[in-house]
Amino acid sequence: MKQIFLGCIALLTVTMAFSQSGRYITAMKKNIAMLDSVMIKNNFEEIANNFTRIGDAEKDKWLPYYYAAYVMALKATVEKDASKKDALADQATASLKKSEEILKQDNSEIEVIKSMIATAHMTVDPQSRYMMYGQIISESLKKAETLDSTNPRPVLIQAQNLFYTPEAFGGGKDAAKPLFDKAADLFAKFKPASDIAPQWGKDDLDYFMNMYRGS
Amino acid sequence: MRIALILIIILSFQYSWGQVTISGRITNEDKKPVKGASISLKDTYDGATSDSLGYYKFTTSEKGKQVFIVSCLGYENYTDTILIQEQSIEKNATIHREATRMEAVVITVGTFEAGDKNKSAELSTMDVVTTANANADITSAIKTLPGSQQVGEKDGLFVRGGTGKETKIFIDGTLVNNFYYTSEPGQATRGRFNPFLFTGTIFSSGGYSALYGQAMSSVLLLESIDLPEGTSADLGISYLGFNGGIQKLAKNKKSSWGLSYGYTNLQLANKVIKPKSDYFKTPNIHELNGNFRIKTGRGMIKYYLYLSSSKLGFRNPDIDSAGLKNAFSLTNFNMYHNLSWKQKLGKGWKMQLGGSYSTNRDKIGGQLLDEHNQDIVATGNPLYDYKTFHLNNKGYYANGRWVLEKNLGGLSALRFGNEYNYTNDLMEYTAYDGQKSDIRIKENLLASYAESDIYLMPKLALRAGVRAEHSQLLSLWNAAPRLSLAYQFKDRGQVSMAYGKFYQTPDMQYLPSPDKLHFENATHYILQYQKIANKRILRAEAFYKKYEDLIKSTGNYGQLTAINNKGFGDAKGIEIFWRDKKSINNIDYWVSYSYLDTKRNFLNYPDAIQPPFSARHTASVVLRTFILPAKLQINASYTFASGRPYYDIYYNESDQLYKIRRQGLTKNYNDFSISFNYLPSLGKKNPKSFSVLVLSVTNVPGFKNIYSYDFSADGKRMIPVLPSSKRFLYLGYFISFGIDRTQEAIDSHL
Repeated sequence: MKQIFLGCIALLTVTMAFSQSGRYITAMKKNIAMLDSVMIKNNFEEIANNFTRIGDAEKDKWLPYYYAAYVMALKATVEKDASKKDALADQATASLKKSEEILKQDNSEIEVIKSMIATAHMTVDPQSRYMMYGQIISESLKKAETLDSTNPRPVLIQAQNLFYTPEAFGGGKDAAKPLFDKAADLFAKFKPASDIAPQWGKDDLDYFMNMYRGS
Repeated sequence: MRIALILIIILSFQYSWGQVTISGRITNEDKKPVKGASISLKDTYDGATSDSLGYYKFTTSEKGKQVFIVSCLGYENYTDTILIQEQSIEKNATIHREATRMEAVVITVGTFEAGDKNKSAELSTMDVVTTANANADITSAIKTLPGSQQVGEKDGLFVRGGTGKETKIFIDGTLVNNFYYTSEPGQATRGRFNPFLFTGTIFSSGGYSALYGQAMSSVLLLESIDLPEGTSADLGISYLGFNGGIQKLAKNKKSSWGLSYGYTNLQLANKVIKPKSDYFKTPNIHELNGNFRIKTGRGMIKYYLYLSSSKLGFRNPDIDSAGLKNAFSLTNFNMYHNLSWKQKLGKGWKMQLGGSYSTNRDKIGGQLLDEHNQDIVATGNPLYDYKTFHLNNKGYYANGRWVLEKNLGGLSALRFGNEYNYTNDLMEYTAYDGQKSDIRIKENLLASYAESDIYLMPKLALRAGVRAEHSQLLSLWNAAPRLSLAYQFKDRGQVSMAYGKFYQTPDMQYLPSPDKLHFENATHYILQYQKIANKRILRAEAFYKKYEDLIKSTGNYGQLTAINNKGFGDAKGIEIFWRDKKSINNIDYWVSYSYLDTKRNFLNYPDAIQPPFSARHTASVVLRTFILPAKLQINASYTFASGRPYYDIYYNESDQLYKIRRQGLTKNYNDFSISFNYLPSLGKKNPKSFSVLVLSVTNVPGFKNIYSYDFSADGKRMIPVLPSSKRFLYLGYFISFGIDRTQEAIDSHL
């Protein structure tokens, strides 16, 4: 009986301990899985809120706030009403700042989100804002590459930016191809640090690669 | 078996024991559902996001007292304590809109803002630079906005029935005394400062803040640029001259310095544009610009230096005689220093310190010439003899100010400070016969101001301020209240009102006075509607402006001296501004229209009359487009102003009164200008330099514009005052090394 009791205590302790880190991993995985359909379901706020709650509760994990920033940056990018973009991008920045404060060091993935946020700000009024944000976009992508040359995401974002740049300015489909190829190479070799570490982008890459195959 | 049972019990305890459902609805103060709000229990993962009807639902295994939080973009956080027991909970919450800069109403009455920092600015810096008829002159670009007149024969911005002297210009908060190159008779001059020096421009056509004063009509506030993006060198060459400079950014990106030199000579240009005057000394200008900027944590120190030396001389036919001519020569030296420090001090305090010092020297010569351009020494007729003179003007100006700002929570703020303004003008006049007379006028003006922005609601803002000034010259005090109110409607349109009193010391050019004078003043009442949505801006303003205590003068031959403050006047009008970047693909344009009804009796006016610097109708259309494949930006502008009145005012000796001998209306003013910017290095991979080729032509169709008329002393002859040349043509090539601006250009057209 005593053994059983001890066994129970042990089991309880184990399950509780497991539930502490386990529930973090489980919750993160569940929400990361939801990212795949965010564009279709348009549930940016819900997912960002989920990540923010995890971040608020954990306090010492940078990834929840990172993902919240990523989702808000995506929303700011796809938002059609220009008058709402700035507020969304500012919200992404607020999350990203929390992530940086926890991480306390430069990080390639965080720089990628910075470039996405700057792009969202700029597209509100490109003519008058390029002076300020164009610089931030190119600098943060450059920094992201320097910090981790194996990270495919800065290359992918650069490729996308170039893809949508008019041909007269050296952009366009053909000009962007080498960068997409490079990103594909990097994705093939890329191993995320953990199950919940940033690993998005492969779907976007496939989407663009399909366009090249199509023609 | 028993173990298994216990295990099951424990596990089920863990997982199902008290799964409680919490649900409810989130609404705002208008009882409308809020979508996308995040509902959470503090320090847990548990929570949900409200749906489009505001409903939410989640389950939790937490027990006891929990902190229930609702957060949503644009709303203040909602916090409450809830007690979770066995049964499900229904928890509704009403959340309140937060006063954010994005959502809240902004006081815009009377002001136009051009800037890259403020998201609600009506114009950008590039707009100012690329306005077709402006030739990169700041005030010329401002003249395409409502409220400003198309006055081409005198310096300055003539706003809502005011003279050019009623507009004051400030750089980084401090007054600039000689913003324009020294004026030449019958011709407006450009501003001295390069528009690329400034990141923000605020043009107020009335009702402006208590932080500024001594301007009865308008203020133009210029904010200089912060640290440059990188180290670079620039070179420019045009048929008017050349310029070169470097800008060095420290490795840690915390400080920078820059130096540039420019030389302008109109010799070649005068052959092309054929000026109305006959130049015997080609206008030439040497200019030196210097700056340093230092980041100080959450602040910035900026220093700016400007030095210039210029010469010119020209002849024009004399108005009082047939065959005689007048020669005008000018040598100018100008130096301007501006040092400013902006710093956030923490706990919601901000500080702004600024000081400027400048000196200006003009050597002006007038000479009466015969038809062979030989000097005429003395004729015995004072009317002719006084056309030969020498005038040495020496001006010393210092300006200092401090402003402290305290955030009062939300967007409400309190600002207060002092401004001190010192001017010392010495005029040494030598008449044709060697008789000298010196006039020295010194002024010490001290001002105190306090102003508060109060957000009564996010949609309702009030700005109340007061400014008190003491003039040593007049030995008088004044106190001026300023008030504005803005309310935003649900559709983001907003209506604003402004009231204010604006005092000004009589202009130095009419001093010293034999009598005791006091401040001139104007009272403004402005009503505005503005809506900014979807890259379109509509604004309409109606105003009434009452002038009191304007100076009246005595004197003849254009030399007027103030004698009392019995002048008065008023101005009323309606102005409309429409900007649209969206409707026509790839074309950005604005239209402005001003209606002005004004009369005033000041200086030597015999009565209250419509002043010659006011047109009833003024309109501008400014358009720009970028043709990507050609790498070409095209800017065009059309400006119209209805005819302005002209008067021949003379002094009737027998009645001892000023009278109008002749009057009329000039013909309408028209200008169509176009400019092209060609950017050949666009699209090149990793270019080492970035270059721009600029071609601009003003008055392309060659409209024969007349600004006004000059009259001979006997009133028998009148000569039209014409633009300095019918057309102005500019051709220049600029190249910048070091910074790759291609990315900027690309990004700007994504």
